[in-house]
Amino acid sequence: MSVLAALARLRAAREGVAQPIATVRHCHLASRPMVLVPLKLAGEAAAPLGAVVGTDPDHPRLLVVPQPRDRDLRFSFAAELAEVLLPYVEGFAGATETVERRGGEPYERCLDAPQILVPNRPAVTFLGLLGRSTRFRRADGPCPVHPSVPLLGRWLTYFADRSHRPGSSLLLAATEALSTHWATGQSALEDANLAALVGWIDPPEGMSGARAAEEAEDPLLWPPAGPATDPGFDNEVLAPAVRAYEEAPSGHAVERVAQALRTQLEPTWRLMWRAAGLLRALPEGGRVGERWEADRGSFTRFVERLAENGPPQARRDGAVGAAARLAGLERAQAGYEVQRAYDDPLIMAEYRLTGEAFAGTVTAADPGHAEGEGRSRKLRPLVTVKTADPVQPAPGTVLGSPDRRGHAAEVVEVAGDEITLKIVKGMGRGRTPAPGSVPEPGERVTYTSLTGDFPSSPALPDPELTPWTHGGPPEEYVPGDEEAREEWA
Amino acid sequence: MNRLDALRGPVSARPHDARAIAALAANPGCARRALLDAAGVDKDRTARHLGVPAPFGRSQFAITRGNAFEALVKENGCAGLLRLLRELFGLAVEEVGYQDVESVGAHLRHSHTRALIDRAAREGEGTAVFYDHPLLSLEIAGHTSYLEPDVVAFQLGGRFHIVEIKSFAVIDGQAAPDKVAAAARQAAVYVLALRTLLTDLGHDPRLASHEAVLVCPENFTNRPVATSLDVRRQLAVLRRQLARMTEVDRLLAEVPDGLTFDLAPDGDGVPTRPARELAEALSRVPARYAPDCLSTCDMCMFCRSEARECGSTDLLGRQVRDRLGGVSGMAEALGMAEGVLTPAEGQEEIALLLRTAERLRQECLR
Repeated sequence: MSVLAALARLRAAREGVAQPIATVRHCHLASRPMVLVPLKLAGEAAAPLGAVVGTDPDHPRLLVVPQPRDRDLRFSFAAELAEVLLPYVEGFAGATETVERRGGEPYERCLDAPQILVPNRPAVTFLGLLGRSTRFRRADGPCPVHPSVPLLGRWLTYFADRSHRPGSSLLLAATEALSTHWATGQSALEDANLAALVGWIDPPEGMSGARAAEEAEDPLLWPPAGPATDPGFDNEVLAPAVRAYEEAPSGHAVERVAQALRTQLEPTWRLMWRAAGLLRALPEGGRVGERWEADRGSFTRFVERLAENGPPQARRDGAVGAAARLAGLERAQAGYEVQRAYDDPLIMAEYRLTGEAFAGTVTAADPGHAEGEGRSRKLRPLVTVKTADPVQPAPGTVLGSPDRRGHAAEVVEVAGDEITLKIVKGMGRGRTPAPGSVPEPGERVTYTSLTGDFPSSPALPDPELTPWTHGGPPEEYVPGDEEAREEWA
Repeated sequence: MNRLDALRGPVSARPHDARAIAALAANPGCARRALLDAAGVDKDRTARHLGVPAPFGRSQFAITRGNAFEALVKENGCAGLLRLLRELFGLAVEEVGYQDVESVGAHLRHSHTRALIDRAAREGEGTAVFYDHPLLSLEIAGHTSYLEPDVVAFQLGGRFHIVEIKSFAVIDGQAAPDKVAAAARQAAVYVLALRTLLTDLGHDPRLASHEAVLVCPENFTNRPVATSLDVRRQLAVLRRQLARMTEVDRLLAEVPDGLTFDLAPDGDGVPTRPARELAEALSRVPARYAPDCLSTCDMCMFCRSEARECGSTDLLGRQVRDRLGGVSGMAEALGMAEGVLTPAEGQEEIALLLRTAERLRQECLR
């Protein structure tokens, strides 16, 4: 939470409607995302109760578990979910492009990737657990399940894992995506209620956001967005319906449970598409495509791993795998923060406030300025920027700029509100700077000490060479019968 | 009449359970909550009477599952539990005693628990016993609260361990961190109560181990798994908090004479006190609302609407309030940002920051 975001919350509270805290969209939004709203049984770790899922706002598919304690019914829920989810996901695996890379073999990457939208973080956690409880199952052997079930488990595990990566858009939680772009007049804790959050951002005609959010807290008007259900609903509606099914498992009894779940899921289904619409209306940030490319690459590698018949993801990472994962997440986090600031002046403003960036107008420029003589002559154009921003950088600091890619400048001197910069990168190879590579007097520019250069993560040994300090080489992970048979009580 | 009794009115004080005591630590700065709790006011009833009940429901599915799991763990005189604890502490105990304290009847449970614990502490090593349904007590601001540890206190190798049975799952060695934290806070309450009892009996309080045992279902099964839980930190927080509770006299000194939160129940126990009058009485004691209250305090909805009425920055969360340099009013903070309000002494710095932030925001959204 930055001061700017805090200020936006204050204003939202006063105006009664959410305020923007981003000027562009920082997540990828697929042209045809799949919305999935799961519900789970209270008191259980991962007992599915039902879900709505689909890619067409007008045709949600409702999945129901009429007796959530019944293990077989849970597996048929998983198989049904697989029936909807797997064709969607696998539909992206076919069309690929060849990507050349410097100093490496070219590789294949899918042209597009699937995107799953769920209401909130607990839904992501639930999908991860559902993945964990299904990915070790087997289609043959002692407790056979439909062959799609373990495959679904591996995909759900993959999506849930990937969603921890900052900047990834393969699996998005709507509340998180919306909160990145709007500040409401309530607390972050209350923003976890999707209906309230959407109410603040897009209140119904003639109603304030604050009032809409208040209405959203009534579970009778706006059932919770899951995966946890409203206890009142559980006790008064669901429990009798489940009991009726238990006494006489007829089609009628199933329909009664389905009807009960429909009342809880439909409002959230509509909210999810509204949330997608709100996000879609924002212009996409300049570096969102780059991150989506990384998502596509990751998706492609997972498709390949499945095609090679690799084992399902292990229960726990080994030492090397865990270190690599952590380093990857840290880099993704740092990269995401920098990219957001470069893409969005409103995010950059947060760094301007803390003195890590400044914006101003160019008052003088000497594009022909050079250092050294003869062969060691280096073009070093000088630019003077006048700024009203509070904190100013120390001489010698190297700065980047969101205005020009590959551009870098070094602070030469700070005199009052004027900063003289020496451009050190991004002018081309000629004796004079490439056209447009040096800011001209009168131009509005932004510079920041925030750059995308992170120290690369330390080289990690191959898992076979894990040192004894870290438990030595891990045993190769082979899921056994025990896991395939694991109870799901 | 005791001032706390006067605040509560002519009903018996509501006893605290471990969960409530653990929650005391959640918002130590709230005078309203401190007083209501010290007086043993039934906050849930109060909030209901005001028409703003807290949204704390429990699903019968969760309750059923919790009870079934607890029964399973305690089956056959806790035989399964013994196996788990033997593995956890690496002890070679073959035999174990089982004492169901509940068998003596509710009114005697506390004294019976005392006697049993006293005997066990005296006899020392070698007698491993489970105590099912023990009843401990803890003094909270002058009132005795009776506590029922998630039923089992256990003595093994000369030490007592509190065993908490919870029905949330531990999956591949991991559980939901908020649930584990809540369990640790509750266990700390029991450890403290047990240590108090040992001290009373003249034993070494350290006989009650700070390592509580958490028993949860493993993965997606009903099979219990035990994990040891170090609650030293939670104990320290709790002690500090309870010490503060005794400062309730200081809070009482600021309460206007004649103030009461009495619901004035009629013969059938239906409150007759006008809700508006009650609300007014409550507003005489300052609250310290924070969004966290929404998950911990029965009075949360009342305090939130009060905070809304006075436009407090508390509504937006502690993080926001910290960012605003602790400025308490939303209008005040916005006024400083927009330059229409002259900052008070000591606020110049935050006012400058807010003004700059406002300028940057306007510039970017133009």
